[in-house]
Amino acid sequence: MAIRQAVKRKLIQIAAFGLSNIHVCNMKTGKLYTGKWKRFCNPGLHCYSCPAASVSCPIGALQVVSGSMNFKFSFYVVGFLLAAGVLFGRFICGFICPFGLVQELLHKIPSPKCKLPKWVKYIKYVILVVFVLILPIAVTNAAGMGAPAFCKYICPSGTLFGAVPLLSTHPELKKMLGALFSLKAVILGIVIIGSVFVFRFFCKVLCPLGAIYGLLNKVSFYHLEIDKEKCISCGKCAKACHMDINPVKTPNSMECIRCGACREKCPTGAIQLGFHIKKKQTEQEENDG
Amino acid sequence: MDNKIKLKKRIQIVLLLTAVSFIVYGLYRGEVGVILKKAVNICFECIGLG
Repeated sequence: MAIRQAVKRKLIQIAAFGLSNIHVCNMKTGKLYTGKWKRFCNPGLHCYSCPAASVSCPIGALQVVSGSMNFKFSFYVVGFLLAAGVLFGRFICGFICPFGLVQELLHKIPSPKCKLPKWVKYIKYVILVVFVLILPIAVTNAAGMGAPAFCKYICPSGTLFGAVPLLSTHPELKKMLGALFSLKAVILGIVIIGSVFVFRFFCKVLCPLGAIYGLLNKVSFYHLEIDKEKCISCGKCAKACHMDINPVKTPNSMECIRCGACREKCPTGAIQLGFHIKKKQTEQEENDG
Repeated sequence: MDNKIKLKKRIQIVLLLTAVSFIVYGLYRGEVGVILKKAVNICFECIGLG
């Protein structure tokens, strides 16, 4: 019996969430995992201050190295993101990212669902440039160290997976709560409420990691193809798309998370997802030409 | 179309080689130590305290 694409994806998402949070027992004590696996980055967004986290957050790591005294650019993290992005593109958002799964579960709460205006997708690119790339290098203390601005002022994953378990297990930290925490709690609240009404609200509007993978979506090995001979332009794929894309017009859109909802709805099997480059169409054109 | 696919393939290979060389250089100059130091301690910025 064939398993539906949506079920397959959900199983992979749950497995990826489990691997990202393999030290789940640490949630009781609030102790962080301190082993050597934290040298490696998670391809998805997951705070390394989460007690259950098995690897490091790539966005946090990028800012920490850029804001350090010795280095102003992280070749290691940029290389990792470039490799992950070129191989998989935003497939990582759709299948691997733990925070993506959380948003999708929130979206299952029965409520009226709505779409965002198209311009909001550009906000995440501004956040990437300003908070992830510029501020950690430009705003430094006397020692020449910059703070990870995205983590400090915005990241709801840090608030949810880091702050909530740590504050509940370390009462002494509660004394340090202030305006900064209030700001982050408000942002988390907006993201949670937004995710109930809008599919992957944070991914669409705020995620700098999604912005990086989105830029690489156009050249990634894992991609989406439309067989124009089979396509009957019925528009079912565009209707099925939760990321508000028309796959026929922009199969490798920066917003596409490769979830495969369009492929599942296509009545003629014109949509293909994978690493392959379809040979039939190319050969046909070569013969025609 | 064929030229487009060839160009895309070339871009993919160049980006992948760049990525690998970046990772190797980053490892060589010790960036991993900075990441590990941050990741094994509570990040006060991440949890909204610092």
